[in-house]
Amino acid sequence: MKGMTIIVKTVTQIVCGVIFLYGIYIIVHGHLTPGGGFAGGTIIAGSFILLILAFGSEFLALKKEETGSSILESTGILIFLIVAVLGMIIGGLGIFFINFLPKGVIGKLLSAGVIPVYNVAVGMEVAAALLTVFLALLIYRDEVLK
Amino acid sequence: MIVYILTVFLFLIGLYGVVAKRNLIKIVIGIALMEYSVNLFLILVGYVKGGTAPILSGEVIGKVFVDPLPQAMVLTAIVIGLATTALLLAIAIRIYKKYGTFDIREIKNLKG
Amino acid sequence: MELLLIIILVLMIGGAIFSLEARDLLSAVIAYGIVGFGLVICFLLLQAPDLALVQIVVETITLIIMIAVILNSTREEIKPVKGKRSTIFVIFVFIFIGLFLYFFNRTTETLSAFGEHVMRMSKAYLQPGAEKTGSANLVTGVIFDYRGYDTLGEATILFTAVIGVLTVLRLKGRKEK
Repeated sequence: MKGMTIIVKTVTQIVCGVIFLYGIYIIVHGHLTPGGGFAGGTIIAGSFILLILAFGSEFLALKKEETGSSILESTGILIFLIVAVLGMIIGGLGIFFINFLPKGVIGKLLSAGVIPVYNVAVGMEVAAALLTVFLALLIYRDEVLK
Repeated sequence: MIVYILTVFLFLIGLYGVVAKRNLIKIVIGIALMEYSVNLFLILVGYVKGGTAPILSGEVIGKVFVDPLPQAMVLTAIVIGLATTALLLAIAIRIYKKYGTFDIREIKNLKG
Repeated sequence: MELLLIIILVLMIGGAIFSLEARDLLSAVIAYGIVGFGLVICFLLLQAPDLALVQIVVETITLIIMIAVILNSTREEIKPVKGKRSTIFVIFVFIFIGLFLYFFNRTTETLSAFGEHVMRMSKAYLQPGAEKTGSANLVTGVIFDYRGYDTLGEATILFTAVIGVLTVLRLKGRKEK
């Protein structure tokens, strides 16, 4: 797939870093402002899709990228499960999803116990899942539908 | 009540698209329209007049919040809808490569 | 407020009808975007900012994938078969719509009117919500602390759908000849 004109390429170089940073901000502040893991994850996936669409797929080794994003997605959901089971072991009563880290003052960044860890894990999983689907359709188009 | 009836009308339009159209892409659009209308209906039920978003900031005494439970359910339902639509479109493009058309009356062979 | 919602819903219904009756597939997909972005405005009017954020990005990605699928296959719609529509068919359609609306009315009689929601169950989540979970965003507290098991189910569905896409397109698990 060929890339786009040089105006689009220059603007994309400036903008896609800002979009990525915005996605990370929404994930990390998920327990203070609207947003959370799902919204931030889709925004990060959007920034990568913008980069691939603007520069074309000739610059990438597509199969290697797709392997990398598959591994990242599996890691994300594995971290989610491990923290949940850890709550069962550490948190006393044997409840599956108990919130075992200390909850600080409401409104500060380091508060709400184990919820920021869940936000980061879900954000990683959603971003990698959407990127894997997009790369799979691109590989199918480039190498099978010649 | 008019708002509820209009939402059900959107659901019925999606149902018409699934049942009565011959093109595979129109069937996928119909399924997605049904999902959107159900999400909207769940949020409409939980609205309180004069309420604000359920986020604590500043003073909290005497504030009326809208219902946070349907919002929590619909938040994951939107992302699941995207995953379902992507899977349907992957199946559609495979069918096009094998049969050369999107018409559902021509893709009746079961072997090969 | 309710008047604004009614206007936007009528626009969405118009966009949906046009999207199903268009003769060019690209026009159908673009008209489908009207429904998605109208939904964003509805979510903002109903005081749900998390949902508006998710819906706007999800709608953009859905439009990108649909246009990619259409531009790689075909753009034209199938020619309609010139058959005559019998009147019995139209009568059955109206009877079905009438029955559906009647049963819908009976089912939602116990719902209160729009805007006067009796929050019987949510008071138990709203009152002690901030102290027990420690988060200022109550929707995130409900998703990850009170209802964490449902979120695990959702993450599994997303994972399974991605495995399904990779299998249908035959990219994994089969040796190339």
